[in-house]
Amino acid sequence: MKFLRDLMDKQRPLFEKGGKLESLYYAFEAGETFLFSPNHTTGIKGAQVKDAIDLKRMMITVVIAMIPCLLFGIYNTGHQSLLATGQTAGLWENFGDKALIGLQLVLPIVIVAYAAGGLVEATFAVIRKHPINEGFLVTGMLIPLVVPATTPLWQVALATVFAVVIAKEVFGGTGMNILNVAMTARAFLYFAYPAQISGDQVWTYLGEKAAVDGFSGATALAVAYNAGVDGVPVVDALATHNTALGADLFSFSNLFMGWIPGSIGETSTLMALIGAAILIGTGVASWKIIVSGFGGAYLMGLLLNVLAVNEYMAMPPQYHWVMGGLAFGIVFMATDPVSAAQTETGKWIYGLLIGMFTVIIRVTNPAYPEGIMLAVLFMNVFAPLIDYYVVKANKTRRLQRATV
Amino acid sequence: MSKIVKLKKGFDIRLAGKASQEIANFANAQTFAIKPTDFIGLQRPKVLVNEGDTVKAGTPILIDKALDQVIYASPVSGEVVEIKRGDRRKLLEIKILADSSIAFESFGKIDLNQDRDGLATKLASTGVWPNIIQRPFGIVANPTDTPKGIFVSAFDTHPLAPDYGFTLQGEEKYFQAGIDALAKLTSGKVHLNVDGSKPVPGVFSGIKNAQINQFSGPHPAGNVGVQIHHLDPINKGDLVWTVNPTGVVQIGKAVLEGVYDASKVIALTGSELTKAAYVKTFSGANVSTFVKGNLNSGHVRVISGNVLTGEKINLEGFIGFYHNQITVIPEGDYYEFLGWAKPTTSKLSYHRALGLLSFLTPKKEFVLDSNARGEERAFVQTGVFESVTPMDILPVYLLKAIMAEDFDEMEELGIYEIVEEDLALCEFVDVSKHPVQELVRKGIELIQYS
Repeated sequence: MKFLRDLMDKQRPLFEKGGKLESLYYAFEAGETFLFSPNHTTGIKGAQVKDAIDLKRMMITVVIAMIPCLLFGIYNTGHQSLLATGQTAGLWENFGDKALIGLQLVLPIVIVAYAAGGLVEATFAVIRKHPINEGFLVTGMLIPLVVPATTPLWQVALATVFAVVIAKEVFGGTGMNILNVAMTARAFLYFAYPAQISGDQVWTYLGEKAAVDGFSGATALAVAYNAGVDGVPVVDALATHNTALGADLFSFSNLFMGWIPGSIGETSTLMALIGAAILIGTGVASWKIIVSGFGGAYLMGLLLNVLAVNEYMAMPPQYHWVMGGLAFGIVFMATDPVSAAQTETGKWIYGLLIGMFTVIIRVTNPAYPEGIMLAVLFMNVFAPLIDYYVVKANKTRRLQRATV
Repeated sequence: MSKIVKLKKGFDIRLAGKASQEIANFANAQTFAIKPTDFIGLQRPKVLVNEGDTVKAGTPILIDKALDQVIYASPVSGEVVEIKRGDRRKLLEIKILADSSIAFESFGKIDLNQDRDGLATKLASTGVWPNIIQRPFGIVANPTDTPKGIFVSAFDTHPLAPDYGFTLQGEEKYFQAGIDALAKLTSGKVHLNVDGSKPVPGVFSGIKNAQINQFSGPHPAGNVGVQIHHLDPINKGDLVWTVNPTGVVQIGKAVLEGVYDASKVIALTGSELTKAAYVKTFSGANVSTFVKGNLNSGHVRVISGNVLTGEKINLEGFIGFYHNQITVIPEGDYYEFLGWAKPTTSKLSYHRALGLLSFLTPKKEFVLDSNARGEERAFVQTGVFESVTPMDILPVYLLKAIMAEDFDEMEELGIYEIVEEDLALCEFVDVSKHPVQELVRKGIELIQYS
């Protein structure tokens, strides 16, 4: 790697103060520190040695944790497509075709998200003269995973730019933002271009082919909601839905595995749990938020069971775990350390409320079948308030101690 | 009523190069220095000697015009060879070339039965007083104050820290006398906090006139600030004092012998030393005789103190007044290709993020260098500072209050309870590489001088 290092050292004066490309220093710096950890040493006073962690490593850990979801999403995109057009029946038939269709659809979205967001990041870094934020490594991967595979690429680009600028850069970059950036991107698409991200027609790629007779592209959440309206037990409705694609499309195990229509990376609860295992095992995400998030959804499900005004409310609560993007959202979005509650007690409350709100929104609001998106954004806004009271409790303890 | 406190939060930085329990026979240093910069809060230093003057051990060298009862004395007898100043004539070092045998200034044995103020005034004039640190702020104590308690941590949990049971063995008599003197100075108690996970070393067992408490757990269990938090926390308006055991012995010697005996046993530690052992010298010793010729590599960083709270000095530097240890580690000014992504078993980490495998070898001793391991960023990771701070304090919120210079918030969040060393581990584990200790001092100074 000596030649790379030499190359860097040779180019460096160009970008340093007084150099021709001085204004692009932070772009150069980002590239350089990506290739080589810098040769900075610790200061004269204070800690003389430092922990081997840095933000790049932390962020890349999150990206790695998303890889199972991504790979599964790619294959499932192809699988759903062939299933809907009647070209396959078994899960592992036509493996190559499915993977290829998935790659053709998903890869461009990933590339566009990274390119658009990366460009915004670099532009801001150069103009605002701050280092490029590693947080984008994660955002750029999250955005593709929460949109349908059929989303037009220009919408992906637009949503990414909007989210990075409005949700992050205007606040000062990674670490300063209030809302989760990827969720903001999805919310932007949802409200700006609802036709491409809601309804029954967008989740499955059909291409030139016609769908099989009796095909419906509805997601499990939509089926469950309609069952509630029609007064059919949700579990029965799920079992009988779309039998054209195989009787067990929305069986519990299929929902858990994720062989269902939905956004690219969010269908599989199993893959999200593998991601959760990586994040918790490496200590990067808070297990408290994940546990209380799932717990909150279950509790709220149970509570609705008691009320049971309609059939959706009577649905066994564990179905909430496996339908829609709840698992993915809790594992990857709710745990974003910047927009989540930052105190340890606060994390329990924050996660719990996200789980509960998700279920409430799902069950009671026909306009937003996917509750996790709004629940996460809503709680992002309230996280500082939760923290405020936790911090206040700490101050009060200190004050009481003094007066005892 | 002694207390037993078991702490769970914290982290032991396991380094290679622990000092073996023997006194190595290196030639003693020839020059010694008083560094006014060692004494935080020393506001207006005034030098009382000139270059060329001869001094004895205990001769006043320096005073703080803002607190002029306290003298800073020469640790050895000899000749003042240099008064080194830096930018804007800032006083950096007063160097003394030592005689081959040390002559002491004698001020007579100190009667502990005199009144409190008389004793404090007397001690302040002997040279041992700067060992007494006031909290809040972590500055040299004012002899006219009466603290609500005095705290002595009898063990040090910092990386490669010296074992006071070894360095102070045989000093029982002086240690007891030091405790007796301190007990006179406080309206409350003297707390002697020992390591609860080990048998109490001889020098600290059977000590009277103090409440003996036991602390156990990973670093920073040995930090006196953490101990105070669990024994008798500092609230706004409170005043406590802390003394290092080495300082207690020096105070005891002043009481019983009537001299300022600045001799101490220091630990020579670190992976880059051929022989890591203890050595007997005086405060402010030049480290070159202990380090040069004792190195097993060429490109090193010499640290006065430990790797968490110490200060970088060079091969010709002097050990700090409050330090009982020298650490020598490799200098880390190198680039590393994809250093942020490579799996590593050789770099220590509190974290377990991708490729950081040091958690698999919980007994291994690591060779760490001074590389900064990344660049400064905004706060991102949460919960980690709390997990290495065994106090009911929210470090990130406190640090943010300091950054925002929000005085009320700083007070409410507990700035009075900490000094730099108490949050030093936060600086080590920080993903975003903030200069935590520098910030803590900034916050303390904002409050102190407001």
